[in-house]
Amino acid sequence: MDKKVATFTVKKGLAQMLKGGVIMDVVTVEHARIAEDAGAVAVMALERVPADIRAHGGVARMSDPALIQEIMEAVTIPVMAKCRIGHFVEAQIIEALGVDFIDESEVLTPADEAHHINKHLFKIPFVCGCRNLGEALRRIGEGAAMIRTKGEAGTGDVVEAVRHARSVFGAIRRLKNTPDEELMSFAKEIGAPFETLKETKDLGHLPVVNFAAGGIATPADAALMMQLGVDGVFVGSGIFKSGDPPLRAKSIVEAVAHYDDPKILAEISKGLGEPMVGIEVSELPKTERLAERGW
Amino acid sequence: MERETKDGGIMKIGVLALQGDFAEHLAFLRGLGAEGVEVRLPSHLDDIEALIIPGGESTTIEKLALAFRLLEPLRTFGQTRPIWGTCAGAIFLSTDTLERQHRLGLMDITVERNAFGRQADSFEADIHVAVLEDAKTPFPAIFIRAPLIARVGPNVDIIAHLPNNKDNGIIIAAKQGHFLATSFHPELTGDDRFHRYFLSLTKT
Repeated sequence: MDKKVATFTVKKGLAQMLKGGVIMDVVTVEHARIAEDAGAVAVMALERVPADIRAHGGVARMSDPALIQEIMEAVTIPVMAKCRIGHFVEAQIIEALGVDFIDESEVLTPADEAHHINKHLFKIPFVCGCRNLGEALRRIGEGAAMIRTKGEAGTGDVVEAVRHARSVFGAIRRLKNTPDEELMSFAKEIGAPFETLKETKDLGHLPVVNFAAGGIATPADAALMMQLGVDGVFVGSGIFKSGDPPLRAKSIVEAVAHYDDPKILAEISKGLGEPMVGIEVSELPKTERLAERGW
Repeated sequence: MERETKDGGIMKIGVLALQGDFAEHLAFLRGLGAEGVEVRLPSHLDDIEALIIPGGESTTIEKLALAFRLLEPLRTFGQTRPIWGTCAGAIFLSTDTLERQHRLGLMDITVERNAFGRQADSFEADIHVAVLEDAKTPFPAIFIRAPLIARVGPNVDIIAHLPNNKDNGIIIAAKQGHFLATSFHPELTGDDRFHRYFLSLTKT
């Protein structure tokens, strides 16, 4: 019998299993266990959550492999880790650890100002951020098996995630009404690979799973992104920078499952304690906006 | 083409929609002329004739089922109506547990989670399943951090093996009365024979 490993079907298949779920940033084994107990579908193993990366400043790099490994040993759910944009050796190291998914992330300091990683070369799947359809399709063209909005990580302000989700879904709606003979110009206009654009038109949605990320801090934020049409959410700083992480984590998991039921959302939003303090994105100078990173 | 029930209506099949790839199952049901119903709360079980529990993260599905008081209603549902679990769904259906989790305990099988390893070990393989239509054509099975069925009880029929070099092979699909468990994901393929097979269990 022939076993085929590392096919695109298998890579994007794991993302399909994560749908309707919450992926949580964790920086310790204890956080990872809290996330798993709360019902996270996966954890992102990090040295610092984005809010602390912002506060700390300097060059943000891949996390210590020893920390990633400890977290892998602590939980049974999939573990993700971040590498810098274009830093394919960090990605090779993460793959060698046996991590389940790599996030080529704008939250870390980019290692290449023009190119992303050739993700087809790897056995494990990648997720990449996007602000619009062209960026999403370029990443898929490079081999990403999952897409997320960039949002503005570490702010607790959902406005950018909303902007990016509306931009992607709006462009897909426009694409569906575009006749085939106009597709090449459409591809040129948004800087997207033609075949992937055509596939998106035929499917009526992106050819891979599409999550929201960047600024989600409450159950209502998570449900807002789900109602806008994403398949699931990443929560970075929003959980472990809040007053009661286990309760907030559980309530965000429940909000994603029942995103369309305001009565349940009202119940699970009660008494969660302090949310993360947050930074209004409109007050962030352009140079401090992480979403601008990526090409 | 529409799938009809005994009294001539369209078959209504539920898909547990707490988390996972439930939309893929719903698309197959539509393709086969059945009406798919998303099940998130106990009341959603009332009018459906059978239930599919999708792939996803079994720990998440179990916690949400517990939080929204679905465990007992699902167990009661299973007394009279068919349930099929794919991957995480098969884990949820199983009886024995190697870990302490909240399972339905409807099928007399022991399921071992992440039995083939992590994501780098996920794979596709063509398998033979005698109970399907056109059984000579292999079925494209997709295994994502997949479980295996480590033990089956006396009333359980094994319906698919994954060949290995040691013994009879690894058990990857089983049936017990109106319960069906597969450790792989027919809903990720373009082949609707497993869904047809499950609907045939619903009609009898």
